[in-house]
Amino acid sequence: MILEVNDLCVDYVSPQGIARAVDLVNFSLDAGEFLSIVGESGCGKTTLLFSIAQLLSPPAELVSGSVTFKGENLVTLDKSSLRAVRWRDFSVVMQSAMNALNPVLTIRAQFVDVMHAHGQKNDVESDKRFAEVLRLVGIDAVHLRSYAHQLSGGMRQRVMIAMALLLSPDLIIMDEPTSALDVVAQRSLMVQIKELQEKLGFAVIFVTHDISLVSNFSDKLIVMYAGSVVEDGPTREIFEHPSHPYTQGLLSAFPSIHGPKVRLKGIPGSPPSLTQLPTGCPFHPRCAYAMESCSTVRPPVTPVGDVKVRCLLFENAEVHVGSD
Amino acid sequence: MTAVLEVNGVPEEPDHVRQIRRGSLVNFWQALRSSKKAIVGSGILLVFTFLSLFPGLIAHDNPSAETYLPSLGTSSAHLLGTTSYGQDIYAQVIYGTRVSLLIAIVAGLLTTALSVVIGVSAAYLGGFADGVLSTFTDIFLVLPAFPLMIVIAAYSKNGGFTIIIAVLVVTGWSYGARQLRSQALSLRNRDFLLAAQLRGERKWRIIVTEILPNMTSLIVASFLGAAVYAVLAAAGLQFIGLGSVNTDSWGTMLYWAQNNDALLTGSPLWAIVPGLGIGLMGGAFALLNYAFDEVNNPALRPVRRKAVSS
Amino acid sequence: MRHFIRRTGFFLVTLWAALSINFLLPRLMPGNPAVAMMARFHGHLNGGAIRAMEIAFGVNTKSSLLSQYFTYLGNSFTGHWGISLTFFPNSVSSVVLAALPWTIALVGVTTVLAFVLGTLIGIIGAWNRGKLFDSLLPPIFIVLSAFPYFFLGLMAILLFSVKLGWFPTSGAYTNGVIPAFNWSYISDVLQHAVLPGLTILVTSIGGWILTMRNNMIGTLSEDYIRMARAKGLSSRLVMFNYAARNAILPNLTGFGMSLGFVVSGAILVEYVFAYPGVGYMLLQAVVNEDYPLMQTLFLFITVAVLLAVLIADGVVSLLDPRARSSK
Repeated sequence: MILEVNDLCVDYVSPQGIARAVDLVNFSLDAGEFLSIVGESGCGKTTLLFSIAQLLSPPAELVSGSVTFKGENLVTLDKSSLRAVRWRDFSVVMQSAMNALNPVLTIRAQFVDVMHAHGQKNDVESDKRFAEVLRLVGIDAVHLRSYAHQLSGGMRQRVMIAMALLLSPDLIIMDEPTSALDVVAQRSLMVQIKELQEKLGFAVIFVTHDISLVSNFSDKLIVMYAGSVVEDGPTREIFEHPSHPYTQGLLSAFPSIHGPKVRLKGIPGSPPSLTQLPTGCPFHPRCAYAMESCSTVRPPVTPVGDVKVRCLLFENAEVHVGSD
Repeated sequence: MTAVLEVNGVPEEPDHVRQIRRGSLVNFWQALRSSKKAIVGSGILLVFTFLSLFPGLIAHDNPSAETYLPSLGTSSAHLLGTTSYGQDIYAQVIYGTRVSLLIAIVAGLLTTALSVVIGVSAAYLGGFADGVLSTFTDIFLVLPAFPLMIVIAAYSKNGGFTIIIAVLVVTGWSYGARQLRSQALSLRNRDFLLAAQLRGERKWRIIVTEILPNMTSLIVASFLGAAVYAVLAAAGLQFIGLGSVNTDSWGTMLYWAQNNDALLTGSPLWAIVPGLGIGLMGGAFALLNYAFDEVNNPALRPVRRKAVSS
Repeated sequence: MRHFIRRTGFFLVTLWAALSINFLLPRLMPGNPAVAMMARFHGHLNGGAIRAMEIAFGVNTKSSLLSQYFTYLGNSFTGHWGISLTFFPNSVSSVVLAALPWTIALVGVTTVLAFVLGTLIGIIGAWNRGKLFDSLLPPIFIVLSAFPYFFLGLMAILLFSVKLGWFPTSGAYTNGVIPAFNWSYISDVLQHAVLPGLTILVTSIGGWILTMRNNMIGTLSEDYIRMARAKGLSSRLVMFNYAARNAILPNLTGFGMSLGFVVSGAILVEYVFAYPGVGYMLLQAVVNEDYPLMQTLFLFITVAVLLAVLIADGVVSLLDPRARSSK
């Protein structure tokens, strides 16, 4: 197990009040595992990602909990040790490469910054490494001299992935890296990421709002709603037998190309504002199976087979809600 | 997910969006009220407004009457002493508030009005008209304002209130016009405007009821900026004698003080106090402007830091 | 390159606008004010010079407005700016060229200094948000920069000249000292330049500090800054190479806008300190109804501003690769 997140809580502090974006999140990740975090916009998944990578900035604050990566708690680690660990052991790929690349520096300059920051001053050796990682993502090394705005969207995204691979990290965290691309480019990038992962052996945490995108690629799935993890388990298991009503709703919102024509069901209502969360289970106002206790009791984590669910429906063991 | 309401096949603004807009006005007011800068700035301006409206309550002498002994020091009869002409400085400063504040507000309003008209028209008319108006704006933006003011004022011998306002507006409108044009352009392409057009509203109505309300914060910021500009530029003009030298404004006081070598002959308050007044008034508008900026752009707000527990 | 040519074209248009304003203003004012001024020249100038002025100001001349306009434009571009009333019988060009170096030295140096220092302080302020440095800085400088330039100048004179006697009260050099390239002259000049220079510096630096600080804060919330942190880069590298290099760009483009304040400040400071630069001459010209000198100084100031903006533009395209791409 290379990553263990325990009781993580992140708040956004504003004059309008405190919004809890990440509420007591727990999960673990093994070496080489592909974990996807899925949820609607505003559910806290990106905040969770940044809190793991220790990249939060005001008004977001990591209020409590720990993030243990390869035995060290990143939350309490001192600044210089943290800086040494960064990129070398875990790296980040952001959503919009256009915004994530410094517009006034060449690609090569940004690669060189990484090498120098980690004590590798031999620029000749580094150049070889640059060409190597670019080749891995299918980009010609000539683009090292380019600026971000001169590359196409797909190329920029690949450059970001190449940069993430520079120091051969054990974990790469990706924040919706395909959202800015068209469907065909999305798939091809996903395939490439999966290939790289299998070849180089790093673990992946992949955040997306599109559950169908990750069904074939991830080993484990985490479903988030309003800052809480509502379902957490092997991808296959969740897809075939979704437990939490929200997960069921998500899955039934996507049509299947091969299956029979089924009327699409959305989830009525809209996600709550994080400053005004409902009492008890945050999903209960929109839940078709809501019970009395759902509005007062916050559901604890209950195991259902290999999957962990936060839902009062499963509190009394072995109750299995049918999916259709 | 929210559904888009359709009334007669035409999209309408959903309820919760309208609530958000109203809600954000309330939030905005709250944020402004809690900003120290806004409080200080508006406090100063309130004091000045009071002084402009009721100068007689605070100062009992006629500011232009040369009835006293010249160049007296401070005393209980003359809180700030007298000028070289025997006028009570304290009375002059108090009465001068009105002229200075009036210039700031009138020039500020007219400048902003001109900026809005030209900026928004350029954005909305587009094409050749936009090209002409934009180049016109840019020319006035680059032409050095103060020398231009000096030249115009120099030719109009008698100065006076109108000339000062006129040169301030002529030289000051271009900055706001450019900013307003940018914002109007970015709004122009938004969907809610397309919705308004589909609802069949006429162009000018769209401008007034849809575009302008969304620009209110920028318009207010423009006004505040124009007011600061007016205070300083008017003071500068009056100081070198190009304003009407017979009015009681602070800038004119500085002019007379400088001409009578107030600093060297021992009546420094004659120059210091009106100068302070100008600085305070300009500073008050500037603080309000800054507070406004902070409220509009939350990233600029003062940051509180808390310790992390684990 | 194309961008540069377009900019230069625009500046030529602006210059033309300034010339036209000079041409039209006296004619637009009720009872052409130039008439009274011209009367003072009569009998002191030869016919050619008088005729040139009549055309420039539209007094007594039989030629059409259009032909006056073109003659005036022609004269302006060839340096025939007339004779100065204030410094009669010196030509306007000689007066202007004598005053120019003083202004360039005083105003040029202090403005650049204010920009550089202001930018640095702004960067540090933004980086240390929430700490003492940053909470004190903005309010102090907002208020300070709201004070009129000349007021601070007057205060400076009061404190440092009159009360403390550290620095002279006016002028660029002590009367009677012969200009020469030796230390006594240079130190005399420097002594006279301290107070006016500091006045300009203190009042103009505030604007740079604030805008740079605000730009930095905006830039610091960008994704590429977060990326830079994620890569484990040192704070200093992130602050300068990633944040500041991007944040300074709007400042440079806005440099042109701020020149308006610089110019007005310079004029007033020169006035207060009787510093014989272009601004002081302009005000002398106004007081003496010396319109030929006044108009030409206005043109020179305009040209100076245009050049400065062009240079700032050039610096921006050096620093910003996006500006370099052909548009």
